[in-house]
Amino acid sequence: MSEGKIVASFVVPVHPHTVLAPDQNPGWKRLREAFDQAAQTIRELDADLIVVYSTTWPSVIGHQIQSDPNPEWVMVDHDFHDLGSIPYSFNIDQKFAHAWDDANKARGLQSRCVNYKGFPIDVGSVVALTLLNPDNKIPAVIVSSNVYANRSETTVMAKACLDVVKAQGKKVVAVTAMSLSNRMFTDFIEPSEDKIHSLKDHEWNQKILEFLRQGRLEDVGQLSRTIQRQIRVQKVVAFKPMWWLSAMNGNRNDLTGNVMAYEAIHGAGGAVVHLDPTPSGVGDKEYDEEDIEYFHGERGVLDAVEDIQAEELTPATNQNSGPELWEPTEREGSVNTDSAPKPVGAYPHARRVGNMLYLSGVGPRQPGTNAIPGGPIHDENDEPLDYDIKAQTHAVVENVRRVVEEAGGTMDQVVDVTTFLVDMKRDFSGYNEVWAETLGKVGPTRTTLAIDALPTPIAVEMKVIVHLGE
Amino acid sequence: MGKGKIVAGCLAPHPPHLVYAENPPQNEPTAEGGWEQLRWGYERLRASLANVEYDAIVVLSPHWQTYVGTHFLGLPHFEGLSVDPVFPNLFRYHYDLNIDVDLTQAIHNEAQASGLSVKLMENPDFRVDYGTIVTGHMFNPTWDKPMVVISSNRSSQYYSVEVMQDMMIELGKVTRKAIEESGKRVVVIASNSLSHRHFTTESEVPEDMSKEHITSHAMHLWDMRMIDYMVKGQSQRILDEMPEFTEQAIAESDGGAFSWLLSALNVPDYPAILHGYGTIIGTGNAIVEWPCHAHEEGME
Repeated sequence: MSEGKIVASFVVPVHPHTVLAPDQNPGWKRLREAFDQAAQTIRELDADLIVVYSTTWPSVIGHQIQSDPNPEWVMVDHDFHDLGSIPYSFNIDQKFAHAWDDANKARGLQSRCVNYKGFPIDVGSVVALTLLNPDNKIPAVIVSSNVYANRSETTVMAKACLDVVKAQGKKVVAVTAMSLSNRMFTDFIEPSEDKIHSLKDHEWNQKILEFLRQGRLEDVGQLSRTIQRQIRVQKVVAFKPMWWLSAMNGNRNDLTGNVMAYEAIHGAGGAVVHLDPTPSGVGDKEYDEEDIEYFHGERGVLDAVEDIQAEELTPATNQNSGPELWEPTEREGSVNTDSAPKPVGAYPHARRVGNMLYLSGVGPRQPGTNAIPGGPIHDENDEPLDYDIKAQTHAVVENVRRVVEEAGGTMDQVVDVTTFLVDMKRDFSGYNEVWAETLGKVGPTRTTLAIDALPTPIAVEMKVIVHLGE
Repeated sequence: MGKGKIVAGCLAPHPPHLVYAENPPQNEPTAEGGWEQLRWGYERLRASLANVEYDAIVVLSPHWQTYVGTHFLGLPHFEGLSVDPVFPNLFRYHYDLNIDVDLTQAIHNEAQASGLSVKLMENPDFRVDYGTIVTGHMFNPTWDKPMVVISSNRSSQYYSVEVMQDMMIELGKVTRKAIEESGKRVVVIASNSLSHRHFTTESEVPEDMSKEHITSHAMHLWDMRMIDYMVKGQSQRILDEMPEFTEQAIAESDGGAFSWLLSALNVPDYPAILHGYGTIIGTGNAIVEWPCHAHEEGME
């Protein structure tokens, strides 16, 4: 069996114009010709498999992998239905699909195969496979784009794919069906009027293509969030395919790139780009993001919100930086609640021993959102931020109350508190004021310590002991 | 020909789980039930309108997403198999529906005259979106009324919720005008949920109701706030708060159906009837009726 590897990667546009109407616009025609050249390159590479990651197949429950060995239907685009219909009949590598699904699960991902007659294969996948594999000689696999997935999940999903590529010894072509700028004209235009929606979109597209031409795929991956904010319609599916494609190529910046065509499709930026794994000789760059092998995290609500609305959220609510969140442990006597923030390690919210309840350190993070009332003490680059110690302290006390009540106790049963402040000089007064209004009225013993840092960007944490009574 | 009228307006969400749970013959998968609160809500809605005569149903579904203008199904008949791309394990439904082409054309023409970008969808291979199918089935399981099906223009994603709402309010006005001029009695339906944050995992038994709840307290509070406005007849407040609701509750109102509905109903200041509320994979869903016929009769 030969060594499994990625023999080529392609970026291709998603809209149906290249299939249904290439002669109506010279730019669409050039894209079509680039598709045809790419198909010829794939044939010459003697590839065993084409893997398509499509941005026009959104999923919610993890990632979905097409596993119908011969999906057939007629695809009509929701917007461009007047261009006509695309009948399809694809050759899907069912064995690879199932193995990838298993590999995803082995790496901690939510994943499933879909094999249903009439499943609506998305326009991006239909266009890509129709043009890149016109005679269906090369088996294919299609994977969805999860609307909530962030980079770690997308990267791990690519690594799971590579596990199978290697295990099955396949020579694989990786394809991302995607637009660059995806802002279309919102009105109907004549084909001859087509152009990139704005100069700004065009300039960003040129920058992306400059990187890809230099083989700097990982750099584009690291710019994905910025690109999403700058030139993408803020819909749920973010500019994720570059994360996947970069991971499929080992997060490299020294690929050999070839921009085969770049044109507008109803205003959006469409490009056919070939990335050859042969090192270009320009020198690789350091991969400076965390390289994750196994997906531990849940897809928190704010992960998605952060992707979609980062510019709209205030600093006080945009708080997903920091350590990974864990599910609370469940040993005997453990007390856990969904109404308290997730731990940042393997421990419960509290543990009961007899009539005593010992709480793990409680901070101000909010359950579900992980937001920090009063704001974080520093940003993602460790730049200090102004924050409200009173708001943070109030939130800590409220989180303590939630855990105590989950255990069947009440706040007046709190008997001892150790408080940790990261900036005693700045914060003691405000913290002390809130204490007096809340726990001070209950009357537990108290020790307040100054410490260097806490695991999340918070200023105050409390260690609490409760006597639950007889 | 007498003046046409909207006899009722409905918020009638489209999660495929509801059809799945009912085991109708058109749907291939079978279930052991589930999501009864909402299915009972649909039963109450159907019962509430059982004695109300109407000629057509106009529905705007967030799952026919168009980025270039607002589109209308423009052929008299569509049939086929609708498979939900997100929940194909739950929804593979053989549909067969008729379109009121005359009313479709009338609304299309009014919208065009008002300056909106519109297009008729006349490709016979087109697959009707599953949102329309689910709402169509749950509202009218016999499929004995012709429909007008309007796409969801995603202007909120291009511009802002405010721009989306301006466009949808205009679309609602012209929808009402076209209906009045048609001489027909019509039910208008917005096929959308309220808060729309999903769970990202699915139970081994999807209809396991022990796993079903709202995704967060904040989502619940937003849903209750909107319902409170509806049942108190405070539609204008809904429109006023739509931008905040849509963004903070990640609400499906981003598709414009809710704003369009309230506009088509002339921003009702009378109480709506809440037939049911429940969650589906964590999203908030309400089944609500604005009984225009009763309100107008009461006025007379």
